[in-house]
Amino acid sequence: MTAVPRPHDHPDAALRAEALESLLLERGLIDPKVVDGLISRYENDVGPMNGARVIAKAWTDADYRSRLLDDGTAAIGELGYSGPQGEYIEVVENTGDVHNVVVCTLCSCYPWPVLGLPPSWYKDPAYRSRIVREPRRVLAEMGLELDDDVEIRVWDSSSEVRYLVLPERPEGTADLSEEELAALVTRDAMVGVGRVTPP
Amino acid sequence: MIELPAELAITGPAAPPRANGEMVFDAPWESRLFGVTMALVEDERFAWSDFQQRLITAVGRWEAEHPDGEGYRYYERWAEALESLLDDLGIVAIETTDARARSLAARPAGHDHGGHGGHGSGPTAHDVA
Repeated sequence: MTAVPRPHDHPDAALRAEALESLLLERGLIDPKVVDGLISRYENDVGPMNGARVIAKAWTDADYRSRLLDDGTAAIGELGYSGPQGEYIEVVENTGDVHNVVVCTLCSCYPWPVLGLPPSWYKDPAYRSRIVREPRRVLAEMGLELDDDVEIRVWDSSSEVRYLVLPERPEGTADLSEEELAALVTRDAMVGVGRVTPP
Repeated sequence: MIELPAELAITGPAAPPRANGEMVFDAPWESRLFGVTMALVEDERFAWSDFQQRLITAVGRWEAEHPDGEGYRYYERWAEALESLLDDLGIVAIETTDARARSLAARPAGHDHGGHGGHGSGPTAHDVA
């Protein structure tokens, strides 16, 4: 899906951010190299591929799948993914009858260690309020048409609990390796606004 | 901090999930502000949960004042949360940031703002910090 076009900069906010950073720098409270490294790490290195590997493993390893549904944080930690915004992750499973979708109505809580940083639409007031009120319609607008008999469960994240959707494994993928399966899993599927499609 | 497993494929067959991630920052200052915040958290200047509580408050207040949600900028609320927290902790007063932003705004025309705070720009002549 596409982000709503936005103006590319906001002078006052940009100036204030620059002002704050320069003050912190002068006071020796931040190191620009550390800041650069953190931005790069969160933007480039931590992304939905962590979550995709978790999902692919759950699809191919029944024991792992049970552990994941039982204690998401611990099972995700087994793969080495942990950190801020990942303190308690609950994994919710999609089936033929139940579709799960995740929101944070309060702000933008999101399982960073497995999905990276949230996309713009996840933080948008329209998504955050409408997905609760009219999930079927919002999902359809985002390109996910669900049959009327599929129950939709909306999970509201909080500072205590983050949710990760375990999507249904697509048909015709029995021969794929874990790595190949991981490549199919999209961020949108793990938030619950899309489904995983076969290659 | 997040541990990045060495075997993680950044390119190659396992990379495509990254391609469905869109830009998470709309402007350079947003990513700078994010990085500055995370650096302060990493240095334990404050707890992430304390910042997050401020962010929830800032978002809630904005939404109460703007029921139609028009013009929402997430990282402006983030900035508000960070500024208020740093002010309360006595790290940087909001008035000091105000004054610095004004002096940055007064830079001669043609100065490259670039949205990158801090990179060696140093204090300006009319600094009031």
